[in-house]
Amino acid sequence: MQLPDPSFLLIQCLSGLTYAMFLFLIASGLSLIFGILRVLNFAHGSFYMLGAYLTYQFVSYFINSPAYFWWAVLFASVSVALIGGIIEMLLLSRLYVREELNQLLFTYALVLILGDFAKIIWGTGQLSISRPAILKGAVQIFGQYFPEYNIFIILLGPGIALLFWLIMTHTRWGRIIRAAALDREMLGTLGVNVSWLFTVVFTIGAWMAGLGGALVAPIAAIVPGMDVEIIISAFIVVVIGGLGSFWGTLLGAVILGQVISFGILVLPRLSMVFIYILMAVVLILRPWGLLGKPLKR
Amino acid sequence: MPRENWFLVIIILCLALLPMSESRFYIFLGTDILIMGLFAVSLNLLLGYTGLVSFGQAAYFGIGAYTCALLMKKASVAFPIAFAAAAVFGAVAALIIGFFCIRLTKIYFAMLTLAFSQIVWAIVFKWNSLTGGDNGLIGIPFPQHLDSPTRFYYFTLFVVVLSLFLLRKLVNSPLGRMLTTIRENPERTEFIGINVKKFQLIAFMISGFFSAIPGALFGIFNHSIFPDLLFWSHSAEVLIMTILGGMYSFFGPMVGAAVILYLRMLVTSYTQYWPLIMGTILTLLLFFFPGGILGFLRSQLTFLKRNR
Amino acid sequence: MLAVEKVKKSFDGFVAVNGVSFSIKRGEICAIIGPNGAGKTTLFNLITGHLPVDEGKLFFKGMDITHMPPHRICRLGMGRSFQRTNIFPRLTVFQNIQAAVLVHRGKSLNFLKPVESFFREETQAILKRVGLKDYGETVSGSLSYGFQKQLELGIALASEPELLLLDEPTAGMSAQETHQTIELIGRITKEKGLTLLFTEHDMEVVFSIAERIMVLHQGRLIAEDTPEEVRKNSEVQKIYLGEGR
Repeated sequence: MQLPDPSFLLIQCLSGLTYAMFLFLIASGLSLIFGILRVLNFAHGSFYMLGAYLTYQFVSYFINSPAYFWWAVLFASVSVALIGGIIEMLLLSRLYVREELNQLLFTYALVLILGDFAKIIWGTGQLSISRPAILKGAVQIFGQYFPEYNIFIILLGPGIALLFWLIMTHTRWGRIIRAAALDREMLGTLGVNVSWLFTVVFTIGAWMAGLGGALVAPIAAIVPGMDVEIIISAFIVVVIGGLGSFWGTLLGAVILGQVISFGILVLPRLSMVFIYILMAVVLILRPWGLLGKPLKR
Repeated sequence: MPRENWFLVIIILCLALLPMSESRFYIFLGTDILIMGLFAVSLNLLLGYTGLVSFGQAAYFGIGAYTCALLMKKASVAFPIAFAAAAVFGAVAALIIGFFCIRLTKIYFAMLTLAFSQIVWAIVFKWNSLTGGDNGLIGIPFPQHLDSPTRFYYFTLFVVVLSLFLLRKLVNSPLGRMLTTIRENPERTEFIGINVKKFQLIAFMISGFFSAIPGALFGIFNHSIFPDLLFWSHSAEVLIMTILGGMYSFFGPMVGAAVILYLRMLVTSYTQYWPLIMGTILTLLLFFFPGGILGFLRSQLTFLKRNR
Repeated sequence: MLAVEKVKKSFDGFVAVNGVSFSIKRGEICAIIGPNGAGKTTLFNLITGHLPVDEGKLFFKGMDITHMPPHRICRLGMGRSFQRTNIFPRLTVFQNIQAAVLVHRGKSLNFLKPVESFFREETQAILKRVGLKDYGETVSGSLSYGFQKQLELGIALASEPELLLLDEPTAGMSAQETHQTIELIGRITKEKGLTLLFTEHDMEVVFSIAERIMVLHQGRLIAEDTPEEVRKNSEVQKIYLGEGR
């Protein structure tokens, strides 16, 4: 077998990294919600999908404005956040007293409902939007072209991660959220309005998923089914990295992005298998994930 | 005989009379419900009785389907042997996979069962020469004497009733009670002297055994099988049937399977938006009938009795 | 009966139990006292195998149980109750006790006969002993707190243990419930000739039934003596008064 060209490998690595940044956005929202609400939100992928579809929609409204894409991203992600917040406030919050399985089932029902809503509104065909004007070009890396937009995403990912981390470590809300994730019984003693905290956290999580979907819209096909595809990957990222571990989620996303990106060269259509094998190995050897902490009894 | 058993006898009799309708539609639907119902009850041995959320039960269903079909089609093995081998293969696979899974708890357990089932799915998908890969396995021969829908329906009814009889005996036995105590409180169960992991593995294996049986039936019923049978969405589907029907009652999952399959048949003839209807039903059920369909019916019955 | 030798356990650098040694003779009634966070519950979890020890050894009836899993330690004849009530909430009171009897009599793997037919009398006898004979068919999760504690005691007794470990048997009880529970424990211990090791925050309870008291403070055993001597011990007084009790 001939060794592939190194520049090709680099490009492959970069496209894996691009995917990883989307995964990171989705998975850290998922992990945040799980950490505080103890709800495994199946509908997180649906929020991501809605983010993409709504961006498509808003782009058509704002098309005459010069920065139409960025307006669309803003409006779409905020709309998704609002939808998430409303669902949490009106419905999900009523299920906290029940067994965990009920919450899981409800978020799964949301997947079914939102998926069909998207089909009814936007049809089953594949939609797409073009990349924003300032990032339309491509840069040359060792003779290969790589889109500027992807470079932007790769740089944005760590930026958001850093921002998120700073909020979590340096603000009152961040500290409350971290304390709550570690020990839920402490919540009552911290003097916070718990149901309000849950709504806020769920809204932020939904916003991150919506943002991920909005940003992916120019470089991926907007189709029904993108919700389910991403949610399983996001679950795996969170589990591999370690539930509730912020840096673990980042690491998990990067690993998954690379494995998918290179796995596709070995087994087209089945690159996800490597991920499942990886997840099985991690869970068997280190059940609490690569950077997670073992649960206290 | 207790009243519940009389009730069951009547239901079995009704099911036995179903082919009298001479409607191919109902015979097919009946067979489908019996098969998926047994699958759901097998899953519920883990979910409702042992408190283990398996998110990869389709693997054992699929292993049963492929074992039986491959042995008959490629090795010309007689149906009864192929059928028994399917169940045994399901149990062995569950034993091996379960050995790793039971060391984890809750969400981690669910994710590991998912990972393994997806690996099994990928093997079936990729192993073209044996399984036919993505194109599936087509033209599975009919076993002798089971070559009409009615005959196959009776055979399915017999197998399902026998399996349910055995499973019911199991959950009502001391072993079954131990599984329930594990569900309720594994820490305490450990300290009445039970090796919790060992019992969980036993449950996992039995569940694999009884999940492979409907799988084998399914392959023959449809003449063909595809890797989709092992995909995680199939695991999710049976999980929903189980919870919807009621995971804290033995026959709940069976009822869940019947309701979902019947509704799907009904709804899909009018609209393509079955998931929307299904999601709405699930939501309504969650908010208004938290104990599942059978749980709800049961509470209504006791309510009626009290008011008499 | 039980020997604890230089047992040590730490979590993330915090030393919860620091080189504790003691032993208990058959038939003794011993209490472990100490302020919150002294390491009492951790020590119990080490003895029953729920937590692995970092250093040191544990012996039960002369056997090394240091690395044994909880279910085997239980089968050797050790019973325990937990600080937070630990029952099978969706099962009836009868079923709770019966489960423990089934395991103790080696019927846990039977999968042929209906479970109802097993050990009805034995189970009833235990229900009666712990004062729950009228509540057999009640779903245990709906019992009052005091009854749940009694049920837990019943579950522990169903395994016919020789050594019984009780973690705060009267925690959260009213004065009357406490009184009844203590009477019950004292009676059963005598009748069955049990060895008893318990932790308790209520000093009145401790001094009323314990024959020997061990005082745990910051993971160390600082005193071990008869109730009278412990009461006089200046170091013990300092810890308790210092805490404002």
